[in-house]
Amino acid sequence: MRMTIMTLLLMVFVSALLVVDSRHQSRKIFVELQVLEKKRDAMHEEWGRLQLEQGTWATPSRIEEMASNKLEMISPQANTIKLVRY
Amino acid sequence: MGDVHTYRVRRWAVLTVFAVLAVVLILRAYDLQLVDKEFLQDHGNARFLRVVEVPAHRGVIMDRNHEPLAISTPVSSVWAVPRKLNQARHRWSALAKLLEMKPAQIEKLVEHRLNREFIYLRRHVEPGLAEKIMALKIPGVALERESRRYYPAAEVTSHVVGFTNVDDVGQEGLELSFNDLLRGTPGAKRVIKDGYGRIVENVESISAPNSGKDLVLSIDRRIQYLAYRELKSAVQKHKARGGSIVILEARTGEILAMVNQPSYNPNNRSGLKSDFYRNRAVTDSFEPGSTMKPFTVAAGLENGAYKPTTKIDTRPGYFKIGRHTVRDARDYGLIDVATVIRKSSNVGASKIALSLDPEEMWGLYRKLGFGQVPGAGFPGEVAGRLNDHREWGEIEQATMSFGYGLSTTSLQLAHAYQVLATDGLQLPLRIQHSSEVPRGKRIISAEHARQIRSMLASVVEEGTGKLAQTPGYSVAGKTGTVHKSATGGYAEDRYLALFAGIAPTTSPQLVVVVMIDEPSTDEYYGGQVAAPIFSRVMSDALRLLNVLPDQAEQHLTAVQQSPTVPGVE
Repeated sequence: MRMTIMTLLLMVFVSALLVVDSRHQSRKIFVELQVLEKKRDAMHEEWGRLQLEQGTWATPSRIEEMASNKLEMISPQANTIKLVRY
Repeated sequence: MGDVHTYRVRRWAVLTVFAVLAVVLILRAYDLQLVDKEFLQDHGNARFLRVVEVPAHRGVIMDRNHEPLAISTPVSSVWAVPRKLNQARHRWSALAKLLEMKPAQIEKLVEHRLNREFIYLRRHVEPGLAEKIMALKIPGVALERESRRYYPAAEVTSHVVGFTNVDDVGQEGLELSFNDLLRGTPGAKRVIKDGYGRIVENVESISAPNSGKDLVLSIDRRIQYLAYRELKSAVQKHKARGGSIVILEARTGEILAMVNQPSYNPNNRSGLKSDFYRNRAVTDSFEPGSTMKPFTVAAGLENGAYKPTTKIDTRPGYFKIGRHTVRDARDYGLIDVATVIRKSSNVGASKIALSLDPEEMWGLYRKLGFGQVPGAGFPGEVAGRLNDHREWGEIEQATMSFGYGLSTTSLQLAHAYQVLATDGLQLPLRIQHSSEVPRGKRIISAEHARQIRSMLASVVEEGTGKLAQTPGYSVAGKTGTVHKSATGGYAEDRYLALFAGIAPTTSPQLVVVVMIDEPSTDEYYGGQVAAPIFSRVMSDALRLLNVLPDQAEQHLTAVQQSPTVPGVE
């Protein structure tokens, strides 16, 4: 009887400690998750920024302007186009 | 010994008092630890534990090539606890300076909201400024991360894409109609906050945020851009009130481009009237005028009473229905059905219409989508007007044959022409890109659709639409010059210039509708104003899509080459 009570008490004590430990572990992992999520969000943001930047550089009006002014390209007239059939 | 006795009593008295005190303490401890525990713990937690929202990303809107058209970028909003901020009055001037406000404005914000927990000082500030504000370390002032929508293509796609408000909720365009898909559901987490409202520790996650879905549109940004460029310059050149261009991919019914004038920049909307927000291509209906004639002819061909070569007497260039007179530009004489289209004869179209049953004609118009909401997914799509055939009199039936007395939007008109482009099969209009091609619904027979296309090709080759000719490609199309209706009749000097067309005629790829509202220079005919825009848009778009020129022999110099040409696939 006494033994049983002692064992049970011991088990209660141990499980209490385990609760504390698992609580601590879960917080630690959650904090780690937060760090990783923050990292993911930062990368996501950068990806968005880069997409925007690329979008801005690749605006059709900018390409058109560069092609005609900087590279001195022109759209060919219909009579100068040779169609190659194969 | 009497002394000892006295001390004993005193000792007991003291001990009893102590014992009572001890019992009181134990009882109090029991009370606090066990009886009131929950209440007290809750209050303790409430002092520092907070549940905060974890923001979810709003989905990206992309064009068919996955180029971003609307994308969220993170920004910070500055908020404060009014009560705490009120206690830090001496810091207000520094704060106000950074926020570009006057201290009096802060006073005003705080004053009436002292019992609130939360006020925004300024929303959507750039990261650098946000850092400076936090460096002031004013009690009760904190940042909240929010996202702001950015539209890289700005006014070129603004009517299609629309925009969101400051709370990231769709207000116009597809941002509005697809709001539920794009929107994410924010999560929640428990955190420990310090006296400044800063998060010290994350405790646990309550629910994970769900990001919104991305939306891939059928729009091609490049084609959208060139349509916008041509429309804008034409509207300026002709001093028009506005205009629209709609481009459909014939094969799939997907909307490749949809642009309107006037437009607006969704990234900076201050001082704009809501008039600018209207996506005219789907919200504004107009009488289609002569662009309707191909469908009148289609009704005639479907009926079986007419063939492209059937002769129709349009002499003497006008005819009377009751009190009304239907007129042609001049007397075209005895002409066949194809010439009715080529010359755009109102008398010819009316005569075809009057020989048909109103219900038959109405049925075809209705099947083509006139008078019905197209359901492409835009907010505010209108159905246009198509009166029930039981209400038609002779004059209504005649005027409808050349596009008066009914109304349509640019999108509906393009949808109807798409049926001609796909040999009589109607495909549902779509704004979301998909690799699957839906099954078409047969509206008119393939033979009749091809016959009408060749009539429309002659309009561009030698009729009213010569300026729509596109080098290298065969084009089928119809011009329209419409008197705008005014109170009590039609305005003499206000027009709509229209062109609806298909190219290449032999294997149609694109359907384009150009509408210019009230061109107010000398030119106002559809063939003068709208057809050249069509030609420029079509030639650039076909080149962008690598469509093989089908009229190389006429307009281009064809060169025969051996099958293996380096650099050419």
